[in-house]
Amino acid sequence: MANEKLESTSTIETIENILDRYPTKDGILISALQDIQNEYGYLPRESVETLAKKLKIPLSSVYGVATFFSQFHLSPRGENVIRTCLGTACHVRGGAKILEKLQEVLNLDVGGTTEDMKYTLESVACIGACGLAPVLMINNDTFGRLTPEKIPEIINNYEKDSK
Amino acid sequence: MSRRRILFCAGTGCISSGAFKARDILVSELDRHGISDDFDIIASGCHGFCEQGPIFIIHPENIFYCAVQPEDIKELVEEYLVNGNVVERLLYKDISTGERVKDHMKIGFYAKQKRLVLRNCGLIDPENIQEYIDQQGYEGFKKALEIDNSEIIEEVKKSGLRGRGGAGFPTGLKWEFTYKAEGEKKYIVCNADEGDPGAFMDRSILEGDPHNVIEGMLIAGFALNANEGYVYVRAEYPLAVKRLRKAIEQARERGFLGNNIFDKGFSFDIKIKEGAGAFVCGEETALLASIEGKRGMPRPRPPFPANEGLWGKPTCLNNVETFANIPLIIREGFEAFASIGTEGSKGTKVFALTGKINNTGLAEVPNGILMREVIFDIGGGIKGDREFKAVQIGGPSGGCLPAEHLDLPIDYDSLTQAGAMMGSGGLVVMDEDTCMVDLARYFLTFTQNESCGKCTPCREGTMRMLEILNRIVQGKGKEEDLEKLEYLGRNTKDTSLCGLGQTSPNPILSTLRYFRHEYIAHIREKRCPAGLCPDLITYSIHQENCKRCNVCAKACPADAISGKPKEEHHIDVDLCTKCNNCFEVCKFNAIIKE
Ligand SMILES: Cc1cc2nc3c(=O)[nH]c(=O)nc-3n(C[C@H](O)[C@H](O)[C@H](O)COP(=O)(O)O)c2cc1C
Ligand code: FES
Repeated sequence: MANEKLESTSTIETIENILDRYPTKDGILISALQDIQNEYGYLPRESVETLAKKLKIPLSSVYGVATFFSQFHLSPRGENVIRTCLGTACHVRGGAKILEKLQEVLNLDVGGTTEDMKYTLESVACIGACGLAPVLMINNDTFGRLTPEKIPEIINNYEKDSK
Repeated sequence: MSRRRILFCAGTGCISSGAFKARDILVSELDRHGISDDFDIIASGCHGFCEQGPIFIIHPENIFYCAVQPEDIKELVEEYLVNGNVVERLLYKDISTGERVKDHMKIGFYAKQKRLVLRNCGLIDPENIQEYIDQQGYEGFKKALEIDNSEIIEEVKKSGLRGRGGAGFPTGLKWEFTYKAEGEKKYIVCNADEGDPGAFMDRSILEGDPHNVIEGMLIAGFALNANEGYVYVRAEYPLAVKRLRKAIEQARERGFLGNNIFDKGFSFDIKIKEGAGAFVCGEETALLASIEGKRGMPRPRPPFPANEGLWGKPTCLNNVETFANIPLIIREGFEAFASIGTEGSKGTKVFALTGKINNTGLAEVPNGILMREVIFDIGGGIKGDREFKAVQIGGPSGGCLPAEHLDLPIDYDSLTQAGAMMGSGGLVVMDEDTCMVDLARYFLTFTQNESCGKCTPCREGTMRMLEILNRIVQGKGKEEDLEKLEYLGRNTKDTSLCGLGQTSPNPILSTLRYFRHEYIAHIREKRCPAGLCPDLITYSIHQENCKRCNVCAKACPADAISGKPKEEHHIDVDLCTKCNNCFEVCKFNAIIKE
């Protein structure tokens, strides 16, 4: 119980720090949620509740915004976020096959995270590297001109990295 | 001696092709030869030729080296920069003549382009305002400061510029509405949401020449008596945000942004808002809601943003490329701009060329250019030995045009008439291996997913149409499905609240118009003519073509191919997962897809 209490004070502090960055409270909900996500990697319920209270916006409205935009995540994500492009250019050059292979290699569904919290698999619509289609991004690195055969090796490199 | 400039492309495409790795080696190689002081190494914006990245251009001689891998740098430095011998193998090789080309403006990809909006992209360091100023940057704004508001608006009107965000609304008119709207406080908003999945024009402009956009917004602000601007940038574009942020800071330092600019009594500043990932937020009213921190849902118009926009105040909202056209129009006068293009579509348009085409990348062309010229002269034709089948223009809101339309001039009105639309500028080229039903389904999956759910026709209409398309690609389609699709499509188009729903049936309606036979093959014959829809194809071995090399059997992840080397091979259809691996690895056309 003591632990929970401790966490709460730190959440309140974090949220207050974030809100301090804005001169007015008008229209900052999305930016504040982005800041919270930058802090925690996702939107923990407690932080959302605190934010709602501080901004005097009903919790339901805050969740309304948080669930509307695909950028926000309500549960923690893996250490490595893999985003497969399913934009048009990647689609016509076989992006779906890349995704299938990733699902097979990681044994994950789109949107899922491995149990060891190592990988999250997502899809995006165009990351602007269409010339290299099909493309995927792992964290901030882009990999282009992919074929399904290249996938295991790419993932393998991340396996080694974290050891 | 003045220092030579080495420009390397630091656009997203080239970065993923290894541009920074190559740059790092370049730095250490120059150092090793003790010639670092003779060169400025400059990270430029996108050259558009992403296919050939990473790209290195050396000035003043303007030599163009492409597909430069990190391991090529040593040779480039020793042979060219030190000894002055051109490294032929790193020059661009013309596909048709096989010749190596030194000056990139002579390459087919660039020769037919007219680079106005992109004039600085690839030429200057986007993170250094001085380089922009050296190219007569901010001259348009300075000129605007000396003339009357109404004269600036008149200039934009006479130029004939139409919005580049999709709908093609005349920009001057929009400015006039905002100017005449009542209210003390007005806003300028730049739409950099670029939602079309497969297009990256706006991104490249922001990454390659951010000051051009800032200057356009400044001129709008001055003309319309607005003193606050917002740029709404898509969440997936971190590099664009970084460069824009830096550019805004530098513009403030130089006094282009801030209070009482150049003592003219005009104040203006720009804020960046990062989007949070929703396609519908590209729609203007949804975008404004999202800047206000709300769910990004569109609302009925009128009132238009020009009268009631951000926080209820008159707001002029334009696309990135629209603003990027403004500085040149004001600086050079409207006549120069209006002399390019066609009657109804003046100036140039930037397109993102992608798909099954040789030269993927970004190209800026004069309006009215023929589709054929863009695809074959600039785009270098179809990849491999395949045939052109269709081109999809305008993203999820656009349509597919078949080969009969290759000689169509690209302008707002011709495209709309043919059932497509200019849209934001995505051009996806498709060959025989693309299934048009699957493509329509692809776009509808996207719009259905992105439908915000506020209005019923879009929420339900896209879902029902998608269900039908899913049925058809699985071979469960019924005869009456096509009429149903057309009926639903027309209704969704006529009754949806915003452009998302209104245009969502376009990919279906245009493919039904030009490729109806493919739908019919799926429904009646349970056959996918492109051999793409997995439920409708079976694989087998063409025994006469087969050389019994066993390569296919090794590539098969499901062990569905029997036979050892030199024996007859057979595919067990029950085990086959239709992954297409065997088809791709076979060099003898011995895999049959039916
Ligand atoms: C669903 C939807 C998505 C849109 N996405 C964009 C976009 O990504 N970028 C853009 O500039 N305009 C987009 N628009 C068009 C805008 O609503 C608006 O017309 C445009 O930004 C106005 O600028 P312009 O007059 O300079 O073209 C979209 C419209 C709809 C209906
Ligand atoms: S469609 Fe995949 S990067 Fe653009």
